[in-house]
Amino acid sequence: MSQTIFAPWDDPNEKPLIQFKGVTKRFGDFTAIDNLNIDIFEREFFALLGPSGCGKTTLMRMLAGFENPTSGSILLAGQDIVPVPPNKRAVNMMFQSYALFPHLSVWDNIAFGLRRGNASKDEIADRVEEMLRLTRLSKFAKRKPHQISGGQRQRVALARSLAKAPKLLLLDEPLGALDAKLRQDTQFELMDIQEKTGTTFVIVTHDQEEAMTVASRVAVMDEGRLIQVATPSVIYEAPETVYVADFIGDVNIIEGTASQSGDKVEITWAEGEMPIRGTTAKTFAPGQTCHFAIRPEKVTITTERPDSANMLQGRVIDIAYLGNLSTYHVKLPNGTMMKAQTANTRRLANRGITWEDDVWLSFTDTAGVLLER
Amino acid sequence: MNLRRFFLIAVPYLWLGALFLVPFVIVLKIALSDIALSIPPYTPQLDLSAGWEGVRSFFADLDFENFTFLTTDDLYWKAYLSSLQIALISTFVTLLVGYPMAYGMARAASEWRPTLLMLVILPFWTSFLIRIYAWMGILSNEGLLNQFLLWTGLISEPLTILNTNLAVYIGIVYAYLPFMILPIYAALEKMDDSLLEAAEDLGCSRVTAFWLVTIPLSKSGIIAGCFLVFIPAIGEFVIPSLLGGSGTLMIGKVLWEEFFSNRDWPVASAVAIILLLILIIPIILFQRNEQKQREAEG
Amino acid sequence: MKRFSWFNATTLTLGFAFLYLPMVILVIYSFNESKLVTVWAGFSTKWYGELLRNQEFLDAAWVTLRVAVFSSTIATILGTMAATVLVRSGRFMGRTLFSGMIYAPLVMPEVITGLSLLLLFIGIGLDRGVFTIVLAHTTFSMCYVSVVVSSRLSSFDRSLEEAALDLGCSPFAAFRLVTLPIIAPAVISGWLLAFTLSLDDLVIASFTTGPSATTLPIKIFSAVRLGVSPEINALSTLMIAIVTVGVITTSLITKRASVAQQRDEQAAARAT
Repeated sequence: MSQTIFAPWDDPNEKPLIQFKGVTKRFGDFTAIDNLNIDIFEREFFALLGPSGCGKTTLMRMLAGFENPTSGSILLAGQDIVPVPPNKRAVNMMFQSYALFPHLSVWDNIAFGLRRGNASKDEIADRVEEMLRLTRLSKFAKRKPHQISGGQRQRVALARSLAKAPKLLLLDEPLGALDAKLRQDTQFELMDIQEKTGTTFVIVTHDQEEAMTVASRVAVMDEGRLIQVATPSVIYEAPETVYVADFIGDVNIIEGTASQSGDKVEITWAEGEMPIRGTTAKTFAPGQTCHFAIRPEKVTITTERPDSANMLQGRVIDIAYLGNLSTYHVKLPNGTMMKAQTANTRRLANRGITWEDDVWLSFTDTAGVLLER
Repeated sequence: MNLRRFFLIAVPYLWLGALFLVPFVIVLKIALSDIALSIPPYTPQLDLSAGWEGVRSFFADLDFENFTFLTTDDLYWKAYLSSLQIALISTFVTLLVGYPMAYGMARAASEWRPTLLMLVILPFWTSFLIRIYAWMGILSNEGLLNQFLLWTGLISEPLTILNTNLAVYIGIVYAYLPFMILPIYAALEKMDDSLLEAAEDLGCSRVTAFWLVTIPLSKSGIIAGCFLVFIPAIGEFVIPSLLGGSGTLMIGKVLWEEFFSNRDWPVASAVAIILLLILIIPIILFQRNEQKQREAEG
Repeated sequence: MKRFSWFNATTLTLGFAFLYLPMVILVIYSFNESKLVTVWAGFSTKWYGELLRNQEFLDAAWVTLRVAVFSSTIATILGTMAATVLVRSGRFMGRTLFSGMIYAPLVMPEVITGLSLLLLFIGIGLDRGVFTIVLAHTTFSMCYVSVVVSSRLSSFDRSLEEAALDLGCSPFAAFRLVTLPIIAPAVISGWLLAFTLSLDDLVIASFTTGPSATTLPIKIFSAVRLGVSPEINALSTLMIAIVTVGVITTSLITKRASVAQQRDEQAAARAT
């Protein structure tokens, strides 16, 4: 059985479900969204990721209909939805606070949206039961929201917003109120439900791990602009800017000047240090300032001089022990700090490197990425 | 959608405009008119049928005569001053009685506090008139207070309290005590006990800790409570007319008598306008205090 | 640790004695046999009988009750609308004037409110009676209602309404199905407040009434101006009793509800 990879964004024949065309949103003098264009495809699990105030929530509220763009248009299945009020949109939202109606039972909360349509009583009951089964809430149907736990409330909110089978489900920091352990389980549950229902999900989050785990594509936002839209692995392995590299995960950034020959680049970055050798598909003018970004786990730390394309010598200043991993903070002769990460595959006693040790850091010439800005 | 919003705003707006703002303008207008033996008993009347000429002659006949009259007859300014004095003194006494009560409530065990709070609020729901009336039987010459004091032998002659200013003070303190207690209690109840412990840890005695920590932290409650007593006390009518005597001059009572007994509407209106002018300053100060408190709470 | 000393206990005892003794004495003396209100002449309920046979009091009570029911109901509707405008409607022409008109009647001396309304009613030639008192009471009590309701509305989680819109409600349906049930306790206490204010009011009613309608406070006031009377004592006792029973019942109900809610929440937390 061959399974095609889900990547409608690479297929020029696919019609996007949602299109933002030159959307700008201003609140007084403040520009929340600045001339933004995105295409989101059917069945996608699309994550909007960014620090607070980057405009991701405004973007989502425009999709739900609670805010109107100052200029530009938003298309849902080819139709401009800007003039459509929120109660007439085939879009549902799961609120950050869950916004469960405290005076209604779990059952009535889920049935709330269905009752607004012209479904018969039986149809409503069947659909509610189905949603209760999907979210494993059947036992709690008669309870009021304050009588169930935080995780259960989260599932009620999900069931309620999914009950009307929207074309598009918006999730505003859906896991923000849960503790770390429950959060992880719930992430997988969300993915599972998304797959089962085939609904398009747009999720807003400031938690990069969450975005990476659940999303088919991640849009990194900053100050009302899209910085990069790509799959989680591309975002992580091939960030386009220093901002993205720095925002997602841990990274070492070295600034220097490039001299290119073919796809190989040598970066001169410090007096008395060997140039760093890297690989890139981009073109750099000779002497152009560039940034070399490398993830700590791609940096090998050894006591002996290794044999590699890039080798740096330094001294261990600090060790952050994380259980499964250890991060070494190494100071190079010119004062630059580099982070190197190793998996703790052995017990503590057997590891040779400790504070104040002189060590070698090494990485291959394809381990890092070269960024223009 | 916009029609709905318009309707929502317009209905209460028009109601208040017609029954609060317009009457107010009428009071102002009548205050500038002259008393006359007619119905209604004042001139000029606005004669709209005379067109523009009518409007002009109407405005030409308005004057500040009533306000000048208020300054010449010393009854009025004495009444204003005496209202201010009675309101100030009784506010102060209410604070002296109310603060310790609010403090005691805030210090009480947490399971007792809702009950105590209810006990403070309960009188507020009971008829004001009845609560003032209750004191008539206590303060009169043959009243319970005098009977009690005679029985203890502290006095040999009954004291005359009812129909004096003292009775008015007692009435105001009694009637407005809950208004003083509630804001102070609200401020004290929020206070973190560890602040006092910190103050003592840093070398304060209990008394200095109270002065340096508790009092400043309850300041906004004290201010709110004082205004809530002072503002209605100035215009009070029921208390001076039931408990006060003929010598008790309060502006609310003067206004009432000017209107109902003398039927001098223009002067009554002028009295009302001046009373409002006097009240504007404390009202603005009160609003500012509330505003500051809201901002402090974020 | 709360420091609760004998000092606090004494203050509270004396303070509450001050607040309650006058009313307790009033209640006790309403059962006094004697016409002389200061001399105890044995237990009797005869003044209650007298009171119930006094047609004037009964009429006044009926007028007061009608005025209170009508004015508090209209005031609750208008006050809730005004609160929604204050909290939700953002900027509009004359907003400052609007909020000024909401807050001003709260601090306005009753004599002035009464006087100005009377002058209006005379000016437009309205016959004074139950109708004008209802208009007057509605006007000042709607301001109290709107303060009570708007304080609840401003702490109301706006996303609940948005969720209702999102699930297909029209704005009005969202208000009716979600907002109103949730703010209902505040609306009810607003109504109760307006009702009590109306029952209580002497000054504004005196100004705005005509010869056809005498409310209970007006009746009581004209009776007690002449001195203490045992009938008024009996009437006061009845009124105090009604209020006390009402307040205690409501507070017990709310307390029970909040205890139940706490228990549920603890149970929910354990179930996690």
